[in-house]
Amino acid sequence: MSPKTLYDKIWDAHVAHEAEDGTCLLYIDRHLVHEVTSPQAFEGLRMTGRTVHAPDKTIAVPDHNVPTTLDRAKGIENEESRIQVEALDKNAKDFGIHYYPVSDVRQGIVHIVGPEQGWTLPGMTVVCGDSHTATHGAFGALAHGIGTSEVEHVLATQTLIQKKSKNMRVEITGKLRPGVTAKDITLSVIGKTGTAGGTGYVIEYCGEAIRDLSMEGRMTVCNMAIEGGARAGLIAPDEKTYAYVMGRPHAPKAAQWEAALAWWKTLYSDDDAHWDKVVTLKGEDIAPVVTWGTSPEDVLPITGSVPAPEDFTGGKVDAAKRSLEYMGLEPGTPLNQIKIDTVFIGSCTNGRIEDLRAAAAILKGKKIKDGMRAMVVPGSGLVRAQAEEEGLAQIFIDAGFEWRLAGCSMCLAMNPDQLSPGERCAATSNRNFEGRQGRGGRTHLMSPAMAAAAAVTGHLTDVREMM
Amino acid sequence: MDKFDKLSGIAAPLPQINVDTDMIIPKQFLKTIKRSGLGVNLFDEMRYDDDRNEIPGFVLNKPQYRNAEILVAGDNFGCGSSREHAPWALLDFGIRCVIAPSYADIFFSNCFKNGILPIVLPQEQVNILMKDAEKGSNARIEVDLEAQTITSSDGEVFSFDVDPFKKHCLLNGLDDIGLTLEKKTSITSYETKLAAERPWV
Repeated sequence: MSPKTLYDKIWDAHVAHEAEDGTCLLYIDRHLVHEVTSPQAFEGLRMTGRTVHAPDKTIAVPDHNVPTTLDRAKGIENEESRIQVEALDKNAKDFGIHYYPVSDVRQGIVHIVGPEQGWTLPGMTVVCGDSHTATHGAFGALAHGIGTSEVEHVLATQTLIQKKSKNMRVEITGKLRPGVTAKDITLSVIGKTGTAGGTGYVIEYCGEAIRDLSMEGRMTVCNMAIEGGARAGLIAPDEKTYAYVMGRPHAPKAAQWEAALAWWKTLYSDDDAHWDKVVTLKGEDIAPVVTWGTSPEDVLPITGSVPAPEDFTGGKVDAAKRSLEYMGLEPGTPLNQIKIDTVFIGSCTNGRIEDLRAAAAILKGKKIKDGMRAMVVPGSGLVRAQAEEEGLAQIFIDAGFEWRLAGCSMCLAMNPDQLSPGERCAATSNRNFEGRQGRGGRTHLMSPAMAAAAAVTGHLTDVREMM
Repeated sequence: MDKFDKLSGIAAPLPQINVDTDMIIPKQFLKTIKRSGLGVNLFDEMRYDDDRNEIPGFVLNKPQYRNAEILVAGDNFGCGSSREHAPWALLDFGIRCVIAPSYADIFFSNCFKNGILPIVLPQEQVNILMKDAEKGSNARIEVDLEAQTITSSDGEVFSFDVDPFKKHCLLNGLDDIGLTLEKKTSITSYETKLAAERPWV
């Protein structure tokens, strides 16, 4: 047998039909659904008299629109948001799919809830009408975002029409230095490859620095594969993966666990597998980074300075000019002198328990800068509960942070958590696009520890100075 | 889905790189439960100021491009969020074809599901068509999907590649789900095999 990559193996195990031109029907093991990209798909089913083919493999949770303020039990004020969440309530009920409503303690961001509940398992195909579905790749699952038409297609057939992507290996060798996290890895990779570097590829992240990451860290890395253009990013499962999965509500048990484990242990890239593209970074070369512009590829170590448009070539010259104007930044300004108005800790990128621990470790015994607006939005109700149990919530509250309920919140600002024009935010989310966190809002992406440091000093800060 | 075979229309130039789907349709318009009506909010934050007045310099606000049916764009068009509201907004505005050097994968795939043809051409050829588009409403660009050609207003012809299956679906306005359901026996036999081999799924 010819050597295969991990992606090749998962792909081959899921082809339900292959046409002569290589177009495949790929079987989908888990379909995650949220309120924003699904109403039109369910409506499509109703109009054509179709049903959900595999409701037991379909899991829904509202996350994008939900308020995260403590009074949310009183309902959603914004009418359109409320209608969208109510539509999901009704669709989940009508079509008999698994559902975690807003009132359920297990509710949260779909990409945090899936792994937490054991829906996401190694070797699976996982899709969702959300580009950050790549998160689930941390388990060695082939996971990617789809559009609403494809959501309808998966609901109706449990398959997707796909052609195979190319294989890309991203290796992070050696050890990370203190203060450097999974977020710094994933941003640094995008900084190197660009936002289109992964287009047409599935990325496998490997190397000692990746192996050393916890499952939470691996999810952060895979989450942003899409920001590098790759539909999916994955990491081969290992003992850490099995330990995370074992005992979760929907993980296999007893004899099925043993059978699953035996298969999972075959899920790795063969030594002499073919790679269409290879990127290598030395772990020791990665610094704590921040973004300065309006594309996730605009990444620099915190010790750097705002670049000038002339530093670039091609279309990037105009893009950098536009970014600097939007961000209100002058070339040559040291990044650690950029003042911050707001800090947002949360999102499917960095809303897990380890992220809250890292931020709390910096904040313990400290206060946020006067006038700073700072919020922590845990990724799920269970993350929130655990953080309260560990005393992290109190650290955030004592420091002056708002301690919120779970949801996507200010990552994309579909709920009331938004930036005002010109408001500058240190964010642990995934996109610094123009207007992403609110019209005219200015986003700098970074790790939870870096965001916490900025909250204390009031400007972008090298977290290593506070450790 | 509407068929796409031939199109002769005005092309609007948008030379920016990395145009993301948040720019194409900002999040506040994703609260709809319908597919229609998003055209008025296409490129909303680039098109309107804080008081909802049109920004005259933005390409789609210029009189000569208000009826554009083709968009000539920069590298990595449609990156970011998977929101299909992006092609819905383009379509609702009247755009049936985008020409760019490259696209983000999910956006590219979403276009085909909505009767929009995203064409990939080398940067040099996009540059020529960008110049052509800058001539305004006098310059009509012709797109022929069957022949896989684009003809500029000067009569210059460029060939493009398109996936044969996607071409077939566009030319005939076919419903993917209907086609897949014709292969239902393949799906059910896969499920039988799955239940035996990986029962935990």
